[in-house]
Amino acid sequence: MMGLNLLADLTLRGRICLLIFLAILISLPFWSSSYIISVTTITLYLAILGQSWNLMLGFAGLLSLGHALFVGVSAYMAAYLFSVLGLPPVIGIFPAVALAVLIGMLIGYLGFRFSIGGVYFALLTIAFAELVRIMVDHMGLIGGTEGLFLQVTEADRQGFDLINLRGHPWMFYYLAMLLAFLTLAGCRTLLKSKLGYYWQAIRDDQDAAQALGINVFRYKMYAVMYSSGIAGVAGVFYAFYQNSLFPESVFGIERSIEISLGPIVGGVGSLFGPVLGAFILTPLGEGLTEFTDYLQSSGLIDPKLKLNGLKLLIWGLVVALIVLFKPAGIWPWLNEKLGFSRKEGE
Amino acid sequence: MAALLEIENVSKSFRGLRAVSNVSLSVEEGGMVALIGPNGAGKTTLFNLIAGVFPADEGRIILGGKDILGLRPDQICDAGIGRTFQLVKPFPDMTVLENVTVGALHGTHDIDEAKESARKNIELLDMADKIHLPAHSLTLPDRKRLEVARALATRPKLLLLDEVMAGLRPTETDEMVAVFKSLNQETGITILLIEHVMRAVMSLSHHVTVLHHGEKISEGTPEHISQDPAVLDCYLGEEEDV
Repeated sequence: MMGLNLLADLTLRGRICLLIFLAILISLPFWSSSYIISVTTITLYLAILGQSWNLMLGFAGLLSLGHALFVGVSAYMAAYLFSVLGLPPVIGIFPAVALAVLIGMLIGYLGFRFSIGGVYFALLTIAFAELVRIMVDHMGLIGGTEGLFLQVTEADRQGFDLINLRGHPWMFYYLAMLLAFLTLAGCRTLLKSKLGYYWQAIRDDQDAAQALGINVFRYKMYAVMYSSGIAGVAGVFYAFYQNSLFPESVFGIERSIEISLGPIVGGVGSLFGPVLGAFILTPLGEGLTEFTDYLQSSGLIDPKLKLNGLKLLIWGLVVALIVLFKPAGIWPWLNEKLGFSRKEGE
Repeated sequence: MAALLEIENVSKSFRGLRAVSNVSLSVEEGGMVALIGPNGAGKTTLFNLIAGVFPADEGRIILGGKDILGLRPDQICDAGIGRTFQLVKPFPDMTVLENVTVGALHGTHDIDEAKESARKNIELLDMADKIHLPAHSLTLPDRKRLEVARALATRPKLLLLDEVMAGLRPTETDEMVAVFKSLNQETGITILLIEHVMRAVMSLSHHVTVLHHGEKISEGTPEHISQDPAVLDCYLGEEEDV
Protein backbone atom coordinates (compact mmCIF):
# COMPACT_ATOMS: atom_id res chain seq x y z
CA MET A 1 0.00 0.00 0.00
CA MET A 2 2.85 2.35 0.85
CA GLY A 3 4.25 1.79 -2.62
CA LEU A 4 0.99 2.80 -4.25
CA ASN A 5 1.02 6.07 -2.31
CA LEU A 6 4.42 6.76 -3.79
CA LEU A 7 2.97 6.44 -7.29
CA ALA A 8 0.16 8.84 -6.38
CA ASP A 9 2.71 11.67 -5.98
CA LEU A 10 4.00 11.22 -9.51
CA THR A 11 2.84 12.45 -12.89
CA LEU A 12 2.33 9.94 -15.71
CA ARG A 13 5.83 10.68 -16.93
CA GLY A 14 7.21 10.22 -13.43
CA ARG A 15 5.44 6.87 -13.07
CA ILE A 16 6.72 5.61 -16.40
CA CYS A 17 10.28 6.65 -15.52
CA LEU A 18 10.02 5.02 -12.09
CA LEU A 19 8.73 1.77 -13.63
CA ILE A 20 11.53 1.75 -16.22
CA PHE A 21 14.04 2.37 -13.45
CA LEU A 22 12.56 -0.47 -11.38
CA ALA A 23 12.54 -2.79 -14.41
CA ILE A 24 16.24 -2.09 -15.01
CA LEU A 25 17.04 -2.69 -11.34
CA ILE A 26 15.07 -5.92 -11.10
CA SER A 27 16.46 -7.37 -14.31
CA LEU A 28 20.02 -6.13 -13.72
CA PRO A 29 21.54 -9.37 -12.35
CA PHE A 30 20.34 -11.27 -15.42
CA TRP A 31 22.20 -9.20 -17.96
CA SER A 32 25.12 -7.52 -16.15
CA SER A 33 28.34 -8.58 -14.49
CA SER A 34 28.97 -9.52 -10.87
CA TYR A 35 30.98 -6.31 -10.60
CA ILE A 36 28.00 -4.16 -11.63
CA ILE A 37 25.81 -6.09 -9.18
CA SER A 38 28.16 -5.37 -6.29
CA VAL A 39 28.44 -1.66 -7.19
CA THR A 40 24.66 -1.39 -7.43
CA THR A 41 24.22 -3.23 -4.12
CA ILE A 42 26.46 -0.66 -2.41
CA THR A 43 24.60 2.12 -4.23
CA LEU A 44 21.26 0.87 -2.88
CA TYR A 45 22.77 0.50 0.57
CA LEU A 46 23.93 4.13 0.45
CA ALA A 47 20.51 5.19 -0.82
CA ILE A 48 19.00 3.73 2.37
CA LEU A 49 21.51 5.59 4.51
CA GLY A 50 21.00 8.78 2.53
CA GLN A 51 17.29 8.50 3.25
CA SER A 52 18.03 8.01 6.95
CA TRP A 53 20.36 11.02 7.05
CA ASN A 54 17.93 13.12 5.03
CA LEU A 55 15.17 12.33 7.51
CA MET A 56 17.12 14.22 10.17
CA LEU A 57 18.44 17.16 8.14
CA GLY A 58 15.96 17.45 5.30
CA PHE A 59 12.82 16.77 7.31
CA ALA A 60 13.64 18.00 10.81
CA GLY A 61 16.61 20.32 10.28
CA LEU A 62 19.04 18.30 12.40
CA LEU A 63 22.55 18.03 10.98
CA SER A 64 24.24 14.72 11.75
CA LEU A 65 27.88 14.30 10.79
CA GLY A 66 28.36 11.11 12.75
CA HIS A 67 25.79 8.96 11.05
CA ALA A 68 28.22 6.06 10.61
CA LEU A 69 27.93 5.62 14.37
CA PHE A 70 24.37 4.26 14.13
CA VAL A 71 25.32 1.99 11.24
CA GLY A 72 28.42 0.78 13.06
CA VAL A 73 27.01 -0.06 16.48
CA SER A 74 24.20 -2.00 14.87
CA ALA A 75 26.58 -3.82 12.50
CA TYR A 76 28.91 -4.77 15.34
CA MET A 77 26.07 -5.86 17.59
CA ALA A 78 24.44 -8.12 14.98
CA ALA A 79 27.81 -9.53 13.88
CA TYR A 80 28.87 -10.23 17.45
CA LEU A 81 25.60 -11.94 18.34
CA PHE A 82 25.89 -14.10 15.23
CA SER A 83 29.57 -15.01 15.38
CA VAL A 84 29.83 -15.61 19.13
CA LEU A 85 26.35 -16.61 20.25
CA GLY A 86 25.10 -17.98 16.96
CA LEU A 87 22.05 -15.74 17.02
CA PRO A 88 20.74 -15.35 13.45
CA PRO A 89 20.50 -11.75 12.19
CA VAL A 90 16.76 -12.11 11.70
CA ILE A 91 16.57 -12.02 15.51
CA GLY A 92 19.83 -10.16 16.14
CA ILE A 93 18.52 -7.19 14.17
CA PHE A 94 16.22 -6.28 17.07
CA PRO A 95 18.89 -5.71 19.75
CA ALA A 96 21.18 -4.24 17.08
CA VAL A 97 18.68 -1.62 15.92
CA ALA A 98 17.63 -1.01 19.53
CA LEU A 99 21.24 -0.16 20.40
CA ALA A 100 21.49 2.27 17.47
CA VAL A 101 18.22 3.96 18.51
CA LEU A 102 19.31 4.09 22.14
CA ILE A 103 22.56 5.86 21.24
CA GLY A 104 20.57 8.17 18.98
CA MET A 105 18.30 8.98 21.90
CA LEU A 106 21.29 9.67 24.16
CA ILE A 107 22.80 12.12 21.66
CA GLY A 108 19.37 13.65 21.05
CA TYR A 109 18.67 14.01 24.75
CA LEU A 110 21.98 15.76 25.41
CA GLY A 111 21.62 17.98 22.36
CA PHE A 112 17.98 19.00 22.74
CA ARG A 113 17.75 19.07 26.53
CA PHE A 114 20.59 21.56 26.65
CA SER A 115 19.52 23.36 23.46
CA ILE A 116 22.65 22.56 21.47
CA GLY A 117 21.55 23.65 18.04
CA GLY A 118 22.80 23.77 14.47
CA VAL A 119 26.44 23.15 13.88
CA TYR A 120 27.08 22.44 17.57
CA PHE A 121 24.68 19.52 17.38
CA ALA A 122 26.65 18.27 14.37
CA LEU A 123 29.85 18.47 16.44
CA LEU A 124 28.16 16.42 19.15
CA THR A 125 27.35 13.68 16.62
CA ILE A 126 30.97 13.67 15.37
CA ALA A 127 32.24 13.50 18.95
CA PHE A 128 30.09 10.46 19.73
CA ALA A 129 31.11 8.69 16.53
CA GLU A 130 34.79 9.25 17.33
CA LEU A 131 34.29 8.24 20.95
CA VAL A 132 32.74 4.93 19.96
CA ARG A 133 35.38 4.32 17.27
CA ILE A 134 38.15 4.68 19.83
CA MET A 135 36.24 2.51 22.32
CA VAL A 136 35.78 -0.25 19.75
CA ASP A 137 39.48 0.03 18.89
CA HIS A 138 40.19 -1.16 22.43
CA MET A 139 37.46 -3.76 22.81
CA GLY A 140 39.16 -7.10 22.32
CA LEU A 141 35.83 -8.87 22.72
CA ILE A 142 34.73 -7.62 19.30
CA GLY A 143 38.14 -7.73 17.67
CA GLY A 144 39.49 -4.25 18.44
CA THR A 145 41.66 -2.87 15.65
CA GLU A 146 42.11 -6.44 14.33
CA GLY A 147 38.50 -6.40 13.18
CA LEU A 148 35.49 -8.63 13.60
CA PHE A 149 34.94 -11.31 10.97
CA LEU A 150 31.98 -13.39 9.99
CA GLN A 151 32.66 -16.85 8.66
CA VAL A 152 31.46 -17.47 5.20
CA THR A 153 31.92 -20.72 3.27
CA GLU A 154 31.81 -21.33 -0.45
CA ALA A 155 28.52 -23.19 0.10
CA ASP A 156 27.15 -20.10 1.86
CA ARG A 157 27.88 -17.96 -1.19
CA GLN A 158 25.72 -20.18 -3.36
CA GLY A 159 22.80 -20.36 -0.91
CA PHE A 160 19.79 -18.26 -0.21
CA ASP A 161 19.56 -18.20 3.58
CA LEU A 162 17.67 -15.06 4.59
CA ILE A 163 17.45 -16.15 8.24
CA ASN A 164 21.24 -16.16 8.62
CA LEU A 165 21.91 -13.69 5.79
CA ARG A 166 24.29 -16.11 4.13
CA GLY A 167 23.88 -16.35 0.43
CA HIS A 168 24.61 -15.49 -3.15
CA PRO A 169 25.41 -11.85 -4.09
CA TRP A 170 22.01 -11.80 -5.86
CA MET A 171 20.31 -12.31 -2.52
CA PHE A 172 22.07 -9.29 -1.04
CA TYR A 173 21.32 -7.31 -4.17
CA TYR A 174 17.58 -7.97 -4.02
CA LEU A 175 17.53 -7.51 -0.26
CA ALA A 176 19.20 -4.09 -0.59
CA MET A 177 16.67 -3.20 -3.27
CA LEU A 178 13.75 -4.24 -1.09
CA LEU A 179 15.12 -2.31 1.90
CA ALA A 180 15.79 0.79 -0.23
CA PHE A 181 12.24 0.66 -1.54
CA LEU A 182 10.71 0.14 1.91
CA THR A 183 12.79 3.00 3.31
CA LEU A 184 11.71 5.31 0.51
CA ALA A 185 8.04 4.40 0.92
CA GLY A 186 8.31 4.56 4.72
CA CYS A 187 9.91 8.02 4.63
CA ARG A 188 7.18 9.18 2.27
CA THR A 189 4.53 7.97 4.73
CA LEU A 190 6.31 9.72 7.61
CA LEU A 191 6.68 12.95 5.65
CA LYS A 192 2.95 13.05 4.88
CA SER A 193 1.95 12.28 8.46
CA LYS A 194 1.59 14.56 11.46
CA LEU A 195 5.22 13.76 12.31
CA GLY A 196 6.37 14.99 8.91
CA TYR A 197 4.42 18.22 9.17
CA TYR A 198 5.75 18.86 12.66
CA TRP A 199 9.33 18.05 11.65
CA GLN A 200 9.20 20.48 8.74
CA ALA A 201 7.69 23.16 10.97
CA ILE A 202 10.52 22.72 13.48
CA ARG A 203 13.05 22.78 10.61
CA ASP A 204 11.61 26.03 9.24
CA ASP A 205 11.03 27.93 12.49
CA GLN A 206 11.35 26.40 15.90
CA ASP A 207 9.73 29.27 17.83
CA ALA A 208 6.70 29.36 15.58
CA ALA A 209 6.43 25.57 15.79
CA GLN A 210 6.43 25.71 19.56
CA ALA A 211 3.78 28.44 19.59
CA LEU A 212 1.55 26.09 17.59
CA GLY A 213 1.66 23.53 20.38
CA ILE A 214 4.53 21.37 19.11
CA ASN A 215 6.66 19.80 21.81
CA VAL A 216 9.90 20.51 19.99
CA PHE A 217 12.05 18.29 22.20
CA ARG A 218 9.81 15.27 21.72
CA TYR A 219 9.48 15.58 17.94
CA LYS A 220 13.21 16.11 17.46
CA MET A 221 13.75 12.94 19.49
CA TYR A 222 11.37 11.06 17.19
CA ALA A 223 13.40 12.25 14.19
CA VAL A 224 16.66 10.98 15.67
CA MET A 225 15.01 7.68 16.66
CA TYR A 226 13.57 6.97 13.21
CA SER A 227 16.78 8.03 11.52
CA SER A 228 19.09 5.96 13.72
CA GLY A 229 16.69 3.02 13.45
CA ILE A 230 16.86 3.02 9.64
CA ALA A 231 20.65 3.39 9.82
CA GLY A 232 20.67 0.42 12.23
CA VAL A 233 18.80 -1.80 9.77
CA ALA A 234 21.30 -0.81 7.08
CA GLY A 235 24.10 -1.62 9.54
CA VAL A 236 22.94 -5.22 9.94
CA PHE A 237 22.84 -5.56 6.16
CA TYR A 238 26.35 -4.11 5.91
CA ALA A 239 27.81 -6.50 8.49
CA PHE A 240 26.54 -9.61 6.72
CA TYR A 241 27.31 -8.31 3.25
CA GLN A 242 30.90 -7.32 4.09
CA ASN A 243 31.62 -10.11 6.60
CA SER A 244 34.38 -7.98 8.10
CA LEU A 245 34.16 -4.93 10.35
CA PHE A 246 37.02 -2.61 11.30
CA PRO A 247 36.55 0.37 13.63
CA GLU A 248 38.24 2.78 11.25
CA SER A 249 36.34 1.72 8.14
CA VAL A 250 32.99 1.49 9.97
CA PHE A 251 32.99 4.51 12.28
CA GLY A 252 35.48 6.78 10.48
CA ILE A 253 34.34 10.30 9.63
CA GLU A 254 34.81 9.46 5.92
CA ARG A 255 31.91 7.02 6.28
CA SER A 256 29.69 9.67 7.85
CA ILE A 257 30.57 12.16 5.14
CA GLU A 258 29.97 9.55 2.44
CA ILE A 259 26.45 9.02 3.86
CA SER A 260 25.67 12.75 3.75
CA LEU A 261 27.01 13.38 0.22
CA GLY A 262 24.26 11.48 -1.61
CA PRO A 263 21.37 13.54 -0.22
CA ILE A 264 23.36 16.79 -0.58
CA VAL A 265 23.99 16.11 -4.26
CA GLY A 266 20.53 14.65 -4.89
CA GLY A 267 18.53 17.20 -2.92
CA VAL A 268 18.15 17.61 0.85
CA GLY A 269 14.55 17.41 2.01
CA SER A 270 13.23 15.58 -1.05
CA LEU A 271 12.28 11.91 -1.13
CA PHE A 272 13.97 10.95 -4.39
CA GLY A 273 17.04 13.17 -3.87
CA PRO A 274 18.95 10.70 -1.66
CA VAL A 275 18.28 7.87 -4.15
CA LEU A 276 19.42 9.98 -7.11
CA GLY A 277 22.48 11.17 -5.18
CA ALA A 278 23.54 7.62 -4.37
CA PHE A 279 23.11 6.58 -8.00
CA ILE A 280 25.27 9.49 -9.17
CA LEU A 281 28.08 9.36 -6.61
CA THR A 282 28.68 5.66 -6.03
CA PRO A 283 29.04 4.63 -9.71
CA LEU A 284 31.11 7.79 -10.27
CA GLY A 285 33.52 6.86 -7.48
CA GLU A 286 33.72 3.22 -8.57
CA GLY A 287 34.08 4.14 -12.22
CA LEU A 288 36.91 6.47 -11.36
CA THR A 289 38.73 3.73 -9.45
CA GLU A 290 38.29 1.37 -12.40
CA PHE A 291 39.50 4.02 -14.81
CA THR A 292 42.67 4.86 -12.90
CA ASP A 293 43.38 1.15 -12.37
CA TYR A 294 43.10 0.67 -16.11
CA LEU A 295 45.37 3.62 -16.85
CA GLN A 296 47.97 2.35 -14.41
CA SER A 297 47.88 -1.26 -15.57
CA SER A 298 48.24 -0.18 -19.17
CA GLY A 299 51.21 1.96 -18.23
CA LEU A 300 49.67 5.29 -19.21
CA ILE A 301 50.17 6.51 -15.65
CA ASP A 302 53.05 5.53 -13.42
CA PRO A 303 51.77 2.43 -11.56
CA LYS A 304 53.71 3.45 -8.44
CA LEU A 305 51.59 6.59 -8.11
CA LYS A 306 49.13 6.30 -5.22
CA LEU A 307 45.74 7.48 -6.43
CA ASN A 308 43.37 6.26 -3.72
CA GLY A 309 42.64 9.83 -2.61
CA LEU A 310 41.44 10.77 -6.07
CA LYS A 311 37.90 9.58 -5.40
CA LEU A 312 37.56 11.93 -2.42
CA LEU A 313 39.01 14.75 -4.50
CA ILE A 314 36.44 14.24 -7.26
CA TRP A 315 33.62 13.97 -4.73
CA GLY A 316 34.77 17.24 -3.18
CA LEU A 317 34.68 18.82 -6.61
CA VAL A 318 31.16 17.50 -7.28
CA VAL A 319 29.90 18.86 -3.97
CA ALA A 320 31.53 22.23 -4.63
CA LEU A 321 29.84 22.38 -8.05
CA ILE A 322 26.47 21.43 -6.57
CA VAL A 323 26.73 24.05 -3.83
CA LEU A 324 27.71 26.67 -6.40
CA PHE A 325 25.18 25.92 -9.12
CA LYS A 326 22.35 23.80 -7.73
CA PRO A 327 22.36 24.33 -3.97
CA ALA A 328 18.96 22.65 -3.59
CA GLY A 329 20.35 19.51 -5.22
CA ILE A 330 19.87 17.83 -8.56
CA TRP A 331 16.48 16.21 -7.97
CA PRO A 332 14.46 19.44 -7.46
CA TRP A 333 16.03 20.91 -10.58
CA LEU A 334 15.52 17.77 -12.64
CA ASN A 335 11.97 17.48 -11.38
CA GLU A 336 11.25 21.09 -12.33
CA LYS A 337 12.63 20.51 -15.85
CA LEU A 338 11.04 17.14 -16.50
CA GLY A 339 7.94 17.23 -14.30
CA PHE A 340 8.15 13.88 -12.51
CA SER A 341 6.12 14.66 -9.43
CA ARG A 342 2.72 16.22 -9.08
CA LYS A 343 2.33 19.52 -7.29
CA GLU A 344 -0.51 19.65 -4.82
CA GLY A 345 -3.53 21.46 -6.17
CA GLU A 346 -3.02 20.33 -9.75
CA MET B 1 -18.73 37.86 32.61
CA ALA B 2 -15.84 35.96 34.15
CA ALA B 3 -12.26 36.84 33.37
CA LEU B 4 -10.58 34.39 30.99
CA LEU B 5 -7.11 35.84 31.38
CA GLU B 6 -5.98 37.41 34.61
CA ILE B 7 -2.55 39.03 34.84
CA GLU B 8 -1.59 40.03 38.37
CA ASN B 9 1.33 42.33 39.18
CA VAL B 10 3.63 40.89 36.57
CA SER B 11 7.19 42.20 36.24
CA LYS B 12 10.10 41.31 33.99
CA SER B 13 13.60 42.75 33.85
CA PHE B 14 16.35 42.24 31.32
CA ARG B 15 19.77 42.93 32.85
CA GLY B 16 18.36 45.55 35.14
CA LEU B 17 16.09 47.12 32.55
CA ARG B 18 12.54 46.83 33.79
CA ALA B 19 10.68 45.98 30.60
CA VAL B 20 7.39 45.20 32.33
CA SER B 21 6.74 46.62 35.77
CA ASN B 22 3.97 45.49 38.06
CA VAL B 23 1.34 45.24 35.34
CA SER B 24 -2.12 43.88 36.05
CA LEU B 25 -4.65 43.22 33.33
CA SER B 26 -7.87 41.32 33.05
CA VAL B 27 -9.45 40.05 29.84
CA GLU B 28 -13.07 38.94 30.07
CA GLU B 29 -14.26 35.83 28.33
CA GLY B 30 -15.39 36.82 24.85
CA GLY B 31 -13.81 40.26 25.22
CA MET B 32 -11.59 42.14 22.82
CA VAL B 33 -8.88 44.07 24.59
CA ALA B 34 -6.22 46.25 23.00
CA LEU B 35 -2.78 46.87 24.42
CA ILE B 36 -1.28 50.12 23.18
CA GLY B 37 1.68 52.31 23.98
CA PRO B 38 4.72 53.88 22.35
CA ASN B 39 7.59 51.79 21.02
CA GLY B 40 9.51 50.09 23.80
CA ALA B 41 6.60 50.29 26.23
CA GLY B 42 6.81 46.56 27.01
CA LYS B 43 3.82 45.33 25.02
CA THR B 44 5.57 42.54 23.18
CA THR B 45 7.43 41.55 26.34
CA LEU B 46 4.09 41.20 28.10
CA PHE B 47 2.87 39.03 25.21
CA ASN B 48 5.94 36.84 25.44
CA LEU B 49 5.35 36.44 29.18
CA ILE B 50 1.80 35.26 28.52
CA ALA B 51 2.93 32.97 25.70
CA GLY B 52 5.63 31.36 27.82
CA VAL B 53 8.62 32.50 25.78
CA PHE B 54 10.32 33.46 29.04
CA PRO B 55 9.07 33.39 32.64
CA ALA B 56 8.02 36.48 34.58
CA ASP B 57 10.17 37.58 37.53
CA GLU B 58 7.13 38.28 39.68
CA GLY B 59 3.38 38.02 39.52
CA ARG B 60 0.80 35.53 38.34
CA ILE B 61 -0.80 34.76 34.99
CA ILE B 62 -4.09 32.87 35.22
CA LEU B 63 -5.98 31.42 32.26
CA GLY B 64 -9.47 30.15 33.01
CA GLY B 65 -8.62 29.72 36.70
CA LYS B 66 -5.38 27.83 35.97
CA ASP B 67 -1.94 29.26 36.71
CA ILE B 68 -0.03 29.11 33.42
CA LEU B 69 3.12 30.93 34.48
CA GLY B 70 6.24 28.86 33.83
CA LEU B 71 4.69 26.65 31.16
CA ARG B 72 6.51 26.15 27.86
CA PRO B 73 5.10 27.86 24.74
CA ASP B 74 3.67 24.56 23.45
CA GLN B 75 1.96 23.95 26.78
CA ILE B 76 0.53 27.47 26.65
CA CYS B 77 -0.89 26.56 23.24
CA ASP B 78 -2.35 23.37 24.74
CA ALA B 79 -3.91 25.52 27.48
CA GLY B 80 -5.80 27.42 24.78
CA ILE B 81 -3.75 30.45 23.76
CA GLY B 82 -2.86 31.09 20.14
CA ARG B 83 -0.41 33.82 19.19
CA THR B 84 1.08 35.66 16.25
CA PHE B 85 4.57 37.12 16.10
CA GLN B 86 5.24 40.80 15.50
CA LEU B 87 8.21 39.82 13.37
CA VAL B 88 6.33 37.20 11.38
CA LYS B 89 7.59 33.65 11.52
CA PRO B 90 6.09 31.69 8.63
CA PHE B 91 7.47 28.23 7.76
CA PRO B 92 9.14 29.54 4.59
CA ASP B 93 9.61 26.26 2.69
CA MET B 94 6.06 25.06 3.32
CA THR B 95 3.01 26.18 1.37
CA VAL B 96 0.26 28.32 2.88
CA LEU B 97 -1.92 25.22 3.25
CA GLU B 98 0.90 23.29 4.92
CA ASN B 99 1.65 26.20 7.26
CA VAL B 100 -1.92 26.36 8.47
CA THR B 101 -2.26 22.56 8.55
CA VAL B 102 0.56 22.45 11.10
CA GLY B 103 -1.60 24.63 13.34
CA ALA B 104 -4.72 22.57 12.64
CA LEU B 105 -2.91 19.34 13.60
CA HIS B 106 -3.02 20.56 17.18
CA GLY B 107 -5.42 18.11 18.78
CA THR B 108 -5.81 15.73 15.82
CA HIS B 109 -3.70 13.15 14.03
CA ASP B 110 -5.88 13.08 10.94
CA ILE B 111 -4.15 14.94 8.10
CA ASP B 112 -7.26 15.21 5.92
CA GLU B 113 -9.31 16.61 8.79
CA ALA B 114 -6.52 19.09 9.61
CA LYS B 115 -6.24 20.15 5.97
CA GLU B 116 -9.99 20.68 5.79
CA SER B 117 -10.00 22.90 8.84
CA ALA B 118 -6.88 24.70 7.56
CA ARG B 119 -8.70 25.48 4.31
CA LYS B 120 -11.55 27.09 6.26
CA ASN B 121 -9.15 29.32 8.16
CA ILE B 122 -7.35 30.27 4.97
CA GLU B 123 -10.65 31.23 3.34
CA LEU B 124 -11.58 33.22 6.41
CA LEU B 125 -8.42 35.29 6.01
CA ASP B 126 -9.13 35.66 2.28
CA MET B 127 -6.06 33.78 1.07
CA ALA B 128 -7.73 30.94 -0.84
CA ASP B 129 -6.04 31.98 -4.09
CA LYS B 130 -2.58 31.60 -2.51
CA ILE B 131 -3.18 28.27 -0.82
CA HIS B 132 -0.43 26.36 -2.65
CA LEU B 133 2.19 29.11 -2.71
CA PRO B 134 5.28 28.64 -0.55
CA ALA B 135 5.20 31.02 2.40
CA HIS B 136 8.52 32.63 1.44
CA SER B 137 6.89 34.05 -1.69
CA LEU B 138 4.18 35.99 0.20
CA THR B 139 4.08 39.74 0.72
CA LEU B 140 4.29 41.06 4.29
CA PRO B 141 0.53 41.68 4.68
CA ASP B 142 -0.12 38.14 3.46
CA ARG B 143 2.42 36.77 5.91
CA LYS B 144 0.54 38.56 8.67
CA ARG B 145 -2.70 37.00 7.51
CA LEU B 146 -0.96 33.64 7.43
CA GLU B 147 0.15 34.13 11.04
CA VAL B 148 -3.44 34.74 12.05
CA ALA B 149 -4.82 31.78 10.09
CA ARG B 150 -2.19 29.48 11.57
CA ALA B 151 -2.83 30.62 15.15
CA LEU B 152 -6.60 30.34 14.65
CA ALA B 153 -6.19 26.81 13.33
CA THR B 154 -5.05 25.63 16.78
CA ARG B 155 -8.60 26.50 17.97
CA PRO B 156 -7.55 28.81 20.82
CA LYS B 157 -9.84 30.28 23.45
CA LEU B 158 -7.63 33.36 23.58
CA LEU B 159 -5.91 34.85 20.56
CA LEU B 160 -2.88 37.10 21.03
CA LEU B 161 -2.38 39.36 18.01
CA ASP B 162 0.89 41.28 17.82
CA GLU B 163 0.53 44.13 15.31
CA VAL B 164 -1.16 42.11 12.61
CA MET B 165 -2.60 45.21 10.93
CA ALA B 166 0.74 46.96 10.51
CA GLY B 167 1.47 47.53 6.85
CA LEU B 168 -2.08 46.86 5.71
CA ARG B 169 -3.96 49.41 3.62
CA PRO B 170 -6.99 51.02 5.31
CA THR B 171 -9.44 48.86 3.33
CA GLU B 172 -7.46 45.75 4.23
CA THR B 173 -7.45 46.83 7.86
CA ASP B 174 -11.21 47.14 7.78
CA GLU B 175 -11.50 43.66 6.27
CA MET B 176 -9.28 42.20 8.97
CA VAL B 177 -11.26 44.02 11.66
CA ALA B 178 -14.46 42.57 10.20
CA VAL B 179 -12.95 39.07 10.33
CA PHE B 180 -12.10 39.42 14.02
CA LYS B 181 -15.49 40.92 14.85
CA SER B 182 -17.39 38.11 13.18
CA LEU B 183 -15.09 35.49 14.73
CA ASN B 184 -15.66 37.02 18.13
CA GLN B 185 -19.41 37.04 17.66
CA GLU B 186 -19.71 33.59 16.10
CA THR B 187 -17.19 31.57 18.10
CA GLY B 188 -16.91 33.74 21.21
CA ILE B 189 -13.12 33.79 20.88
CA THR B 190 -11.37 36.20 23.22
CA ILE B 191 -8.82 38.54 21.65
CA LEU B 192 -5.94 40.48 23.15
CA LEU B 193 -4.19 42.63 20.59
CA ILE B 194 -1.19 44.89 20.40
CA GLU B 195 -1.87 47.48 17.76
CA HIS B 196 -0.57 50.82 16.55
CA VAL B 197 -3.26 51.28 13.93
CA MET B 198 -5.76 53.37 15.89
CA ARG B 199 -8.44 52.84 13.28
CA ALA B 200 -8.39 49.14 14.21
CA VAL B 201 -8.09 49.71 17.95
CA MET B 202 -11.05 52.06 18.04
CA SER B 203 -13.41 49.90 16.04
CA LEU B 204 -12.38 46.54 17.47
CA SER B 205 -11.66 46.78 21.17
CA HIS B 206 -14.11 46.95 24.05
CA HIS B 207 -11.36 47.88 26.43
CA VAL B 208 -7.91 49.45 26.04
CA THR B 209 -4.86 49.21 28.30
CA VAL B 210 -2.01 51.67 27.81
CA LEU B 211 1.59 50.78 28.69
CA HIS B 212 4.44 53.27 28.94
CA HIS B 213 7.97 52.44 30.09
CA GLY B 214 6.72 49.04 31.22
CA GLU B 215 4.00 50.43 33.43
CA LYS B 216 0.27 50.62 32.98
CA ILE B 217 -0.63 54.29 32.79
CA SER B 218 -4.27 54.10 31.80
CA GLU B 219 -7.12 51.81 30.89
CA GLY B 220 -10.75 52.07 29.91
CA THR B 221 -12.99 52.29 26.90
CA PRO B 222 -11.42 53.47 23.63
CA GLU B 223 -13.25 56.80 24.02
CA HIS B 224 -11.94 57.28 27.55
CA ILE B 225 -8.37 56.48 26.49
CA SER B 226 -8.42 58.89 23.59
CA GLN B 227 -9.29 61.72 26.00
CA ASP B 228 -6.89 60.77 28.81
CA PRO B 229 -4.17 63.44 29.19
CA ALA B 230 -1.64 60.86 30.49
CA VAL B 231 -2.02 58.88 27.28
CA LEU B 232 -1.79 61.93 25.07
CA ASP B 233 1.33 62.99 26.96
CA CYS B 234 3.15 59.73 26.40
CA TYR B 235 2.39 59.77 22.68
CA LEU B 236 2.73 63.50 21.93
CA GLY B 237 4.84 64.83 24.79
CA GLU B 238 3.49 67.03 27.57
CA GLU B 239 1.31 69.98 26.69
CA GLU B 240 2.97 73.23 27.55
CA ASP B 241 1.34 76.57 28.24
CA VAL B 242 2.53 79.09 25.78
